[in-house]
Amino acid sequence: MLVSINWLKDYVNTQQLPPAELGEKITRSGIEVDAVIDRSHGMTNVVVGYVESCVKHPEADKLSICQVDVGEETTQIICGAPNIAEGQKVIVARPGAKLPGGMKIKKAKLRGEESNGMICSLQELGIEGKLVPKAYAEGIYVLPADSETGSDVIANFNLDDTVLELGLTPNRADAMSMLGVAYEVGAILSEEVKLPEISYQESADTAASMLTLTVDAPEANPLYVAKVIRNIKVQESPMWLQQRLMAAGVRPHNNVVDVTNYVLMEYGQPLHAFDYDLLGTGNITVRHAKEGEMITTLDDAERKLSAHQLVITNGKKPVAIAGVMGGANSEVSDATTTVVIESAYFESGSVRQTSKDHGLRSDASSRFEKGVDPNRVIPAAERAAQLLSELAGGEVLSGSVVFDKVSKDEKIVKVSPDFINSRLGMKIAFEEMLDILNRLKFTTEAVNGQLVISVPTRRQDIQIPEDIIEEIARLHGYDEIPATLPEAETTPGGLTPYQAKRRIVRNFLEGAGLLQATTYSLTSEKSAKQFALEKTETTRLLMPMSEERSILRQSLLPHLLESVTYNTARRIDSVALYETGAVFLKGNDELLNEQEHLAVAITGLWLDNSWQGEKKPVDFFVLKGIVEGLGAKLGAELTFERGQMDDLHPGRTAFVVLGGQRIGVIGQLHPSEQKARDLKTTVVMELNLAALLNLETESLVYTQVPRYPSMSRDVALVLSKFVEAATIENVIRSAGGKLLKDVRVFDLYEGDKMEEGKKSVAFSLTYFDPEKTLTDEEVTKAHDKVLAALTEVGAELRS
Amino acid sequence: MEAQLQELKTQALEKIASASTVKELNDVRVAYLGKKGPITDLLKGMGKLPAEERPKMGALVNVVREQVTSQLEGRMVLLEEEAINAKLQSETIDITLPGRPVKTGNSHPLTRVVEEIEDLFISMGYEVAEGPEVEKDYYNFEALNLPKGHPARDMQDSFYITEDVLLRTHTSPVQARTMEAKGGEPIKIICPGKVYRRDSDDATHSHQFTQIEGLVIGEDIRMSDLKGTLSVFAKKMFGDDREIRLRPSFFPFTEPSVEMDISCFKCGGSGCNVCKKTGWIEILGAGMVHPNVLEMAGYDSKRLTGFAFGMGPERIAMLKYGVEDIRHFYTNDVRFLSQFQRTEL
Ligand SMILES: [Zn+2]
Repeated sequence: MLVSINWLKDYVNTQQLPPAELGEKITRSGIEVDAVIDRSHGMTNVVVGYVESCVKHPEADKLSICQVDVGEETTQIICGAPNIAEGQKVIVARPGAKLPGGMKIKKAKLRGEESNGMICSLQELGIEGKLVPKAYAEGIYVLPADSETGSDVIANFNLDDTVLELGLTPNRADAMSMLGVAYEVGAILSEEVKLPEISYQESADTAASMLTLTVDAPEANPLYVAKVIRNIKVQESPMWLQQRLMAAGVRPHNNVVDVTNYVLMEYGQPLHAFDYDLLGTGNITVRHAKEGEMITTLDDAERKLSAHQLVITNGKKPVAIAGVMGGANSEVSDATTTVVIESAYFESGSVRQTSKDHGLRSDASSRFEKGVDPNRVIPAAERAAQLLSELAGGEVLSGSVVFDKVSKDEKIVKVSPDFINSRLGMKIAFEEMLDILNRLKFTTEAVNGQLVISVPTRRQDIQIPEDIIEEIARLHGYDEIPATLPEAETTPGGLTPYQAKRRIVRNFLEGAGLLQATTYSLTSEKSAKQFALEKTETTRLLMPMSEERSILRQSLLPHLLESVTYNTARRIDSVALYETGAVFLKGNDELLNEQEHLAVAITGLWLDNSWQGEKKPVDFFVLKGIVEGLGAKLGAELTFERGQMDDLHPGRTAFVVLGGQRIGVIGQLHPSEQKARDLKTTVVMELNLAALLNLETESLVYTQVPRYPSMSRDVALVLSKFVEAATIENVIRSAGGKLLKDVRVFDLYEGDKMEEGKKSVAFSLTYFDPEKTLTDEEVTKAHDKVLAALTEVGAELRS
Repeated sequence: MEAQLQELKTQALEKIASASTVKELNDVRVAYLGKKGPITDLLKGMGKLPAEERPKMGALVNVVREQVTSQLEGRMVLLEEEAINAKLQSETIDITLPGRPVKTGNSHPLTRVVEEIEDLFISMGYEVAEGPEVEKDYYNFEALNLPKGHPARDMQDSFYITEDVLLRTHTSPVQARTMEAKGGEPIKIICPGKVYRRDSDDATHSHQFTQIEGLVIGEDIRMSDLKGTLSVFAKKMFGDDREIRLRPSFFPFTEPSVEMDISCFKCGGSGCNVCKKTGWIEILGAGMVHPNVLEMAGYDSKRLTGFAFGMGPERIAMLKYGVEDIRHFYTNDVRFLSQFQRTEL
């Protein structure tokens, strides 16, 4: 909502407050002032000029040489506008003038001809192009013939004005009108509100003699008022009206349309004007549309109507979509002589639905949607009649055609002063509460210590005692509220074990060298299931903004890998990222099964200390180590089983298993996937983090630190390339007996010194007895059993 | 013989003094004090002396031997120390070379902000509550006093999956769920999480972002308690000398509703580019829980009251760290993420 302060002063005394100060007061009391706009934009030296003569420039087709009377003198100005003509009153920026945007006017020569200033368009005065009347949109603006030559344009045409731009919350529909803002400012400044005085001559003929009205949808349209005005002359509106509309962000058209818009801005009540003769039937019928019925609206769009949409008809065919937009078939034009002015109360839900159906939002629909004031419907129609009789020479037919079933009762809210103070945590005196309510123009009575408040219908946001608390608090001042803390007994607070462990996981991963990433949950059809541990039906948005963000992800890896590529494309070759977040699987009920996952993606060098000659590229085992460490941290006994997954290297992929359930995958990207993503060797991991975090761990009890030394024996084995270390380790463990405490691979050799198809793996075995120091013989005895078992499974001992 | 002994001593001491390495000195030791050395020879030759001279001569030889030995040992300590020093000297490294890097990662800046806020409220007795990101229309809107067709629903255009299920547009449904689950009992929670709105991504908008909300319900919770709580938060988060101010606002789920500004932490209130010359920065929205919301969740709004507040970690991170584009939080540029390693304590 754009509020011209000059216009506002018609209704309320603003106490000569500087605009910024007024704006600040309004903001602090509840309606945010987003901007304070000086309409003059600091302009100077812009006057009314009279074009005495105008001839073509001999050297330039598009330029005219004008002799312009600017009051003090007649001076030559070159003008490039196509609509410049002799005899016009125009806006002249004199040499030395400053225009919005910082342009300074100087004397100049244009193609050899002197030019002492500039004849201006409205755009050059800082008015947005879309607000400039169509007739002047492509050229200079022509002032009314009675404008005083040499007078100051800024002062005379309301450009010495400031506009407050209000950022209205949906509850404050009352402030979508100048009168509504006047009530607000009146309450803040303790000033009275002056309503427009409505009086006009009525003709002897009645409106009812020319127009009949039928309302077939009283629920959607409980109040309809029509006035008939004849013998009007459609023309440009006077300057003051055009300027007020432009200040309010409305483009002037002609006096009839401008009056309906003016009253809309003034009262917040949308009006519509029909050309009576084009209606053709002398009848207005409000009804629901027939399914499939057509109407061409004022924006020249042909629209198909549905049965739930409300239309205004002439008894035969639709002439407007109620509360949304008029029809082209009854539009007011220069030829119009008789108009029907409609002022109505359309039910908000109906208008909201219809405006949504057609993708049409107008100044009218946005007000109906939030609910107009039923007590302003009739005054707004009267006000329009008055202005049309004043500005268009119209003859107002007496009375109105009315259908009225709407309730205009004021809401009664009862609240006790104690209740207000206890909810606020402060003491506001009863007298002050009364004063605030009076300033708001809420009729208030004190009955048995209770405030009984009658809330005007313009304030439909006030329904319950808490609403009154807010009104009193905001006008008393939020700064006055003290700062206290809740007095209730203290609670311990804290994280759940799940949440605490999530933080442990993050700390562990970050300590291991991974950076936490955050990516989007919405993805494309193509990426939704890639790398998903559990593939379920995907979930699609009803109305996605793009295909790229249309489906809920089932794996974190696709986006995480996009982030890796983003970095490598910027020459950051080593990237190690992790992310925790939900994946969205089909659930049992209407909601999804949201599973918290952990994903890691790493590429490039894992270890890079090049001047010491240490460089280690990432590989499968880097990630396996991280997962193992994580398992140890969380007390989860994780195992790994060879597996395969699309887009992962078939020989370098393993599933992570917890308690017999696959809860994750580790793998190197398949070379073709790496290529597709423009990546070098990249390893990835994704885990069902929830499964890990939900695991209940046992309490920690320490095991005694060994009192006796352990002894170790190494064994190097020649094995077939396809025998897995874990298989051999199992053989060793089961043969080693209770003295064998630990088995560890310490060397792997697959080089060319080995026979084809063979590899050498070396294990270090640790023997230990908690009761005593082991003797060599005891160790040898146990170890020999291991060697025998190894030989039995075909492992060849290497010397 | 005595002269011979003195001569020997002089020679030995000279050689000791001139020995410049441990090895040379060892050679001197062997040459003079060894089993085949001249002093041993002298002792061996004492048998030829008259018996009465032997004790005197023996004592003399021992004195000389001790003198030589002591000189030699003293010199040996010196030379050994020199040798060690020389060795250490040769082992000097260039300490200006870079250290072996410790591999470190760090949290995402949004996690950092969220955890900081969580910890602050945990210390004030709050629990952390979480809920689903795909939510029922009921919890996201209806239970929060936003029935179907409510004009405020336009404020947050949403991603629907079915007519009744959508991506939550705020973390408030967690409040609604918690209230329902608590069955009328007091509540003190903080709810962080991801939320989604139909916005085109640009420097200040993101279709996915994070929120953190708080909810307190109890007996006699007053608006002054909200103000006091937010004041503690502002000081902890943005500095002890921060002041707060509340401005009236509107949210369907609170009444009265407020927006909270803090005095600008950059200029202190005199006006700068961070606060757009106003001296104040808008940080969060809050209010007293609307009685309809309490009643819908089964609370007796006459007996229990509450306050709620909500803020955007993106906005806070942008203000705190001077980040100019919200998309940085979702691009995961390593050069951006790795800047959030250092502590600010
Ligand atoms: Zn500042």
